[in-house]
Amino acid sequence: MDPKSLVTVILFAPLVGALTAGLFGRRIGDTVSMAVTTGLLLLAAILSWTVFVNWTWGGLEPFTLSYLPFIHVGGFVSNWSFRLDGLSAVMLVVVTSVSSLVHLYSWGYMAADDSKPRFFAYLSLFTFAMLALISAADFMQLFFGWEGVGLASYLLIGFWYKKPSANAASIKAFVVNRVGDFGFALGIMTVFWAFGTIQFAEIFPQVAGHAARTWAFAGQNWKLIDLACALLFVGAMGKSAQFFLHTWLPDAMEGPTPVSALIHAATMVTAGVYMVCLLSPLFEYAPTAKHIVVFVGAITALFAATVGMTQNDIKRVIAYSTCSQLGYMFMAAGVGAYQAGMFHLFTHAFFKALLFLGAGSVIHAMAHEQDMRRYGGLAKYLPVTFAVMTIGTIAITGLGIPGVELGFAGFYSKDSIIHAAYSAGAAGDPMGYFAFVIGVFVAGLTAFYSWRVAFFTFNGKARWTSEDLEHHWHNRDHDTHGHGHASDHATAAQIETHDEPLEAHDDHGHGHHGPALPHESPWTMRLPLILLSLGAIFAGLAFTKKFIGEEQHEFWKGAIFTAANNHVLGEHHMPLLIEQAPLIVSVLGLLVAAYVYLAREGLGARLAARRGPLYVFFYNKWFFDELYEATFVRGAKLLGDLFWKGGDQKIIDGLGPDGVSAVSYALGRGGSRLQTGYLYHYAFVMLLGVAGLLTYALWAWAR
Amino acid sequence: MTIGLAHYLAVAAILFTIGVFGIFVNRKNIIVILMSVELILLAVNINLVAFSVYLHNVVGQIFAMFVLTVAAAEAAVGLAILVTFFRNRGDISVDDASMMKG
Repeated sequence: MDPKSLVTVILFAPLVGALTAGLFGRRIGDTVSMAVTTGLLLLAAILSWTVFVNWTWGGLEPFTLSYLPFIHVGGFVSNWSFRLDGLSAVMLVVVTSVSSLVHLYSWGYMAADDSKPRFFAYLSLFTFAMLALISAADFMQLFFGWEGVGLASYLLIGFWYKKPSANAASIKAFVVNRVGDFGFALGIMTVFWAFGTIQFAEIFPQVAGHAARTWAFAGQNWKLIDLACALLFVGAMGKSAQFFLHTWLPDAMEGPTPVSALIHAATMVTAGVYMVCLLSPLFEYAPTAKHIVVFVGAITALFAATVGMTQNDIKRVIAYSTCSQLGYMFMAAGVGAYQAGMFHLFTHAFFKALLFLGAGSVIHAMAHEQDMRRYGGLAKYLPVTFAVMTIGTIAITGLGIPGVELGFAGFYSKDSIIHAAYSAGAAGDPMGYFAFVIGVFVAGLTAFYSWRVAFFTFNGKARWTSEDLEHHWHNRDHDTHGHGHASDHATAAQIETHDEPLEAHDDHGHGHHGPALPHESPWTMRLPLILLSLGAIFAGLAFTKKFIGEEQHEFWKGAIFTAANNHVLGEHHMPLLIEQAPLIVSVLGLLVAAYVYLAREGLGARLAARRGPLYVFFYNKWFFDELYEATFVRGAKLLGDLFWKGGDQKIIDGLGPDGVSAVSYALGRGGSRLQTGYLYHYAFVMLLGVAGLLTYALWAWAR
Repeated sequence: MTIGLAHYLAVAAILFTIGVFGIFVNRKNIIVILMSVELILLAVNINLVAFSVYLHNVVGQIFAMFVLTVAAAEAAVGLAILVTFFRNRGDISVDDASMMKG
C-alpha cells in the first residue's frame, strides 16, 4: 500500500474507534465497543510497524501530507497534515504499539468495570490526539495534539469520577499542564513573531539567519531564539512532568493502571522530549535554553529518584521512576544528543509500560492493594508477572555485558545519554559534567529503587495473609449483598467503592476451596506483558546502530539537526572507569537493594521507621505539595475569593442582577401593600382622584 | 329669608359629603355603604331638581325620575347580593371583606 494512505489509516483508525465506542457504545454494547477500538488500534499498530520497517530498511523518504486547511488568516497559515520523518516514524510505533497492547490489557483489567465503552473511547481518543501531535507539520497542529492528549489524560485520570481523589488528581493534572501550556503558547507566538510562519519546514532553514537577533524587553536584550526555546521548554516541562511542574504526575496514578502505563509512562509524558528533539534546529542555536534543559532534566532525574526510593505505593514508585527517566531524556536533548534522548524515549516506552502493566497485574492479583509493604513472596503465585517485571527492572537499570555490547534496552540508551553528557563536558560545556555526575549518581538510585520494587514485591516473606485477601473480597461481597438486588456482583461492588475493578472475585471470594491466594492474570493481560518484555529485551540491541550508531544519518534522514560543532554522540575516548561508570553504579544499586531487601529482610522497614531527616524529606517529596499549597493554591484561592466575593458578589451582582431584583421586589411589595382589599380604601383613592381631576379642570378652565 | 338655589345646592353638597364619608369612614356594615350610595344619589337628585326649577327646564326632573328608578333597581340588586354574601360568610362587616387584597 502507498505509504501516504497507510499513515492516513493509522491516524484516523483510533478516531473512528473513539467515535464508535464513545457515541454508540451503549447501543452496540461493551464487547463490540471493545472489539472495535482494540481491533482498529491493532490495525494501526501493524501498519505503523510496516511504515517503520519501510523507513528503517526500505528506504522510505520523508514526506508531508496535507489534508485540510485549518487556519488561514493573513500570513498565518496552518494545515491539518501528516509529517512523516525519522522522529514521527519512531513515535508512530511507540504510540500505536503501546496503545494497542494497553487496549488489549484493559480487556482483562477493566473486565468488571461498568463503563467499558467510555474507557475504550477515551483510550482511542488519546491515541488519536497523540498521533496528531507527533505528525504535526506546524505548531498549530502540535498544539492541537498537545491539548488533545491533555484532555484525554484529564478524562482518564478522573475516569472513576465517583472517587474524590481521582477528581482532584485530574484537576491538578489539568491545571499544572495549563501553566506549562501557557509558556508553550507564548513560545509559539514568539516563533511566529520572529519568523512570520509556524510551519516547521519554513522555520528551520531560516534559523541560522536569525541566530543573532535580539529582542529588547524590560531594559534587557534577549536572544530571540533562546527566549523562544526557553518558553517552548516550559510547555515541555508541564507535559513531561519536569521539576517545578512535576507534581501532577504522581497524583495521576489515581487513574486506572492501563492509563498510567499508556499516558503517564510511555507516550504523553514523552511529548515534551519529542518536541525538544523535533525543534533541534531551534535548540541548536539556543545555548542558554539548552543549559536550562540540561539543568531541569538533571534536577528532575535526581529529585524523582530520591523520592522514588522512599515511596511505598507501587504505582507511585514507578511514576517517580518515569519522572526521573524523563529527566534523563531532557539531559540528553540539552547536551545536544537528541538521538540518544529519542532512543531512550523509545526503549523507555517498552520497559516502563511493561513495569506499569506488571504492577497492574500484581495489584489485580492482590485485590487492589497497592502498598508494597503488604506484598512479598509473590514470585511463586505470579510466575509470569514475576518474570516480566524482572525483565523490565533489568531493562530500566540498564544491565548488560560491557565487553560484547550485549544487554537489555536501558543498557544502550541510558549509557549513551551519560556518555554524551560526559563528551559535552569534555568539549568544554560545564553543564555536561554536571549532567554526567548527576546521571551516574541517579543510575545508582534507579537501580536501587527499581530492584527494591522487585524484591519487595516478589521475594522475601509474604507480608499478606489469605485472610487479608479474603477480607478484601468478602467486604466487596458484603457491600453488594447489603444492597440486596444487585445482579452483577463485581459491578455493584465497584459502584460501591468505585475502586479499581476486581475481575476475579467470583473465582475466589466465596468459593472456600482452601485459603485465598493471589492468582495470575488472564491471558489478555499476560500477552501484552510478554510482548512488551520482548521489546524491553531487544529494543536496545536491535536499534542502537540505527538511533545513535553509525547508521544514524540514514535513519533520521535529517529530522534531527546537529550543529557543526556538536559531536557529543560520536566515538570518544573516555577513561574506562567513566565509560563503565553507569554499569558499575547500577550493579552497586542492585547489591544495596539486595542487601537491604533480601539478605537482611526488614532492614528497610527499620531504616524507614527511624524517620531520619533525609528520609522525611524524600518521603514527603521534598515538600513540594506543601510549598505549592502554601503559595500558589492558597494565593490563587485568596485572589479568587477577592474577585468572587468582592468583585463579583458585591459589585457586579450587587449593582447588577441582585440590585435590580431587590429594587423591583421592593417596588412590588409597596405596590401590593396598596391593594388592601378594603372597599373604602378604593373609594377614598377614587375620591382623591376625582378631587384632583376637578382641581385641575377648574384651574385649567380658569386660565 | 327666601330659600334660593344656593341653599338647595348646599343641602345637596352636605348630603353628598355625608354619603361619601359614609362609604369610607364606616368600618362596620355593608348596608351602611348601600345607604350611603343612596344618599349620594339623592344629593344628585336634589341638584337636578333644583337646577330644573331654577332654569325652568323640565328635563332635569325627568332625569331625576330615571335616577330614582335606577337607584331603586340598584338597591334591590345590592340587597340581593348582600343577602347571598351574608349567607356565604355569615357576616357583613366591611373589615372582613378584603378578598381583593394583593
